[in-house]
Amino acid sequence: MTPDDSFTSGVTRPAATQFNFNELIFEDRVHQCIYTEEAIFREEMRKVFGGVWVYLAHESQIPKNDDFVASKLGLRPIIVVRDSTGRIRALYNRCTHRGSTVCRQQQGSAKSFSCPYHGWSYFNSGKISGVPWPDGYADDFSDPKYNLAQVPRVQSYRGFIFGTLNPDMPPLKDYLGGVKKPLDEWLDRHPGGKLTFCDANRLKFNGNWKLLYDNSADGYHVIFSHRSLLAMENRLNEGDDEDKGMSYYKSSPDKAPFYVKVFENGHHYKDKRPAVDTSPGGLWAIEGPHPGMEHYEEIIREKLGDKAGSVLDIASSEPVNINIFPNLHILGNHVQVSQPVSLTETDTTWWGTAVIDDEDELHGCVDAVNALRMRTQESFPNFGELDDLMNFEQIQTGLAGVEDEWVYMHRGLGIPGRIKRDTDGYLIGPPTDEVFLRETMQVYKRLMMNEPNLVIEREIEATPD
Amino acid sequence: MQHDPSRTSYYVGDHFYQSLVDSYADWQTDDAEITDPDLRDTCRMLLEKEARLLDRNKLDDWLTLYVPECLYWVPATPHGGDPRTEIAVCFDDRRRIEDRIYRLQNEFAWSQRPLSRTARLITNISAFSTKDPDTLMVRSTFLTNEFQAGDKRNYTGWYGHKIGFIDGGWKILVKQVNLIDCDQNLRNLSIIL
Ligand code: FES
Ligand SMILES: [Fe+2]
Repeated sequence: MTPDDSFTSGVTRPAATQFNFNELIFEDRVHQCIYTEEAIFREEMRKVFGGVWVYLAHESQIPKNDDFVASKLGLRPIIVVRDSTGRIRALYNRCTHRGSTVCRQQQGSAKSFSCPYHGWSYFNSGKISGVPWPDGYADDFSDPKYNLAQVPRVQSYRGFIFGTLNPDMPPLKDYLGGVKKPLDEWLDRHPGGKLTFCDANRLKFNGNWKLLYDNSADGYHVIFSHRSLLAMENRLNEGDDEDKGMSYYKSSPDKAPFYVKVFENGHHYKDKRPAVDTSPGGLWAIEGPHPGMEHYEEIIREKLGDKAGSVLDIASSEPVNINIFPNLHILGNHVQVSQPVSLTETDTTWWGTAVIDDEDELHGCVDAVNALRMRTQESFPNFGELDDLMNFEQIQTGLAGVEDEWVYMHRGLGIPGRIKRDTDGYLIGPPTDEVFLRETMQVYKRLMMNEPNLVIEREIEATPD
Repeated sequence: MQHDPSRTSYYVGDHFYQSLVDSYADWQTDDAEITDPDLRDTCRMLLEKEARLLDRNKLDDWLTLYVPECLYWVPATPHGGDPRTEIAVCFDDRRRIEDRIYRLQNEFAWSQRPLSRTARLITNISAFSTKDPDTLMVRSTFLTNEFQAGDKRNYTGWYGHKIGFIDGGWKILVKQVNLIDCDQNLRNLSIIL
């Protein structure tokens, strides 16, 4: 095993684990200990959360210079700021003096951060601006070693801010690779290709963070895990129709015309659009009931006539799951972010998104569309995700039976012709296939078998890459 | 035309939202506080009855305490916010609260299997008059203890009930639930608060 050299000063720390991932991760199965071993979790917080590009925040949370929002890179507390010159940085929320956090607010605006413990202060670029009674120091604090540490590489893709500590990572857009296309399509269905965050449904579960990622393109669980949601959404239908919500998963989803696609670096995509009518008004027609739905629909139809369908579709959930390893999920109209808290505790925050309509592409209906979107977005976290999270918790509970070692993910494996490649070379499988999970596990295995070279930055003028 | 709010949602529109935001803006003033012991007792009994029915899992009976065009609202921001532009923890009109009850009673709602047991404490009840003599606002502090699947947890905060005198009795128009940790990540909030 490679020694663990995560201390950049050269201080040696003994290797964290002696696990050999060749023995833990196979094509068809993984060992339960990747979900239950504390030492593996600690390694993930470096090799994955730090070693790859990790989603940190959205630009709409820091619209103006001097705005900041608290975040985390793995377990590291981070302040994502738009500094006074407009540059986006990810500062370690950790005083250089003796380690206290310097910012204790979730979000706000500040030109500088002053440590509550002994009053050292820092500009929002991370540069130290002063310490109380400096004559007590033989040092003039001009050495950059006193500046706040920062994530050396911070890049955005269309409003989504990511950071990595790993100088060997390719640029963000290359790391995203093929997943940029569905992300672009998802954004571009909105006026101006833009969205803004509008608060969130904040959930958590007592389980390992990977359980959520493992589920993110899983089409196998839908009609079982979400049986109560599907029944609820269809309870008021006329006759025997059951066509609301994710009803397209019923009967034989693998024969339906939708698919799961696997991109590089653990990203994947469930495209359910081929299973629904995407002509104008088609998405709106399969929305389950929501507060205010009939009222606003009537107003929009009266106002826009033929054009109403496509405007109502903007208030409807886009039937896609776009999963960006390791912590970002875009589904429906949500931006879902997952955040490991400990080996067996994970926060998952479902950011709502609102439309901004500068060019009046929605013909004066943007407020109605947003009022609808708030309510459509509250539905799944309330009535669907809770059942998923309970199942993840119950996996964590089940895995305590440690002698039963293997977790299987071989659905679709070894069936000739089942998995195909698209013209870009990406794997495509039927919607209930676990191919996405197998491929992600291989990415994870590669990451866990190599010690990345993680660095921090303190030079304020270092050129952004 | 009359619409059945259990089947369609015509009442949740701009007017409803605006009057909601207005009625929750600035109501807890000393001037408006009700001192009449009988009226205060009426409010207390309504809230206690609500808690009792929820603790006994009599959700259909609980809903009879509400007017047809009601609202169950758990804001995600400490100040309530404007639900037209902000996601809430819960924002249930009549149909959605019936959806919620339907799901909780569905045997495949895994987040509530086994069902939670709850014990609610309500205290510090004070009632406030409004411009409309048949409408009151009631503030109370709650502590809801929940036990489920070996795990005990609690939710706490304060309620703002908007109640109306209708057909000779008081009914709940809106229940606003202000969790002290409404802007934090919450684990398995499946129960009705
Ligand atoms: S720890 Fe921040 S000033 Fe001492
Ligand atoms: Fe799910």
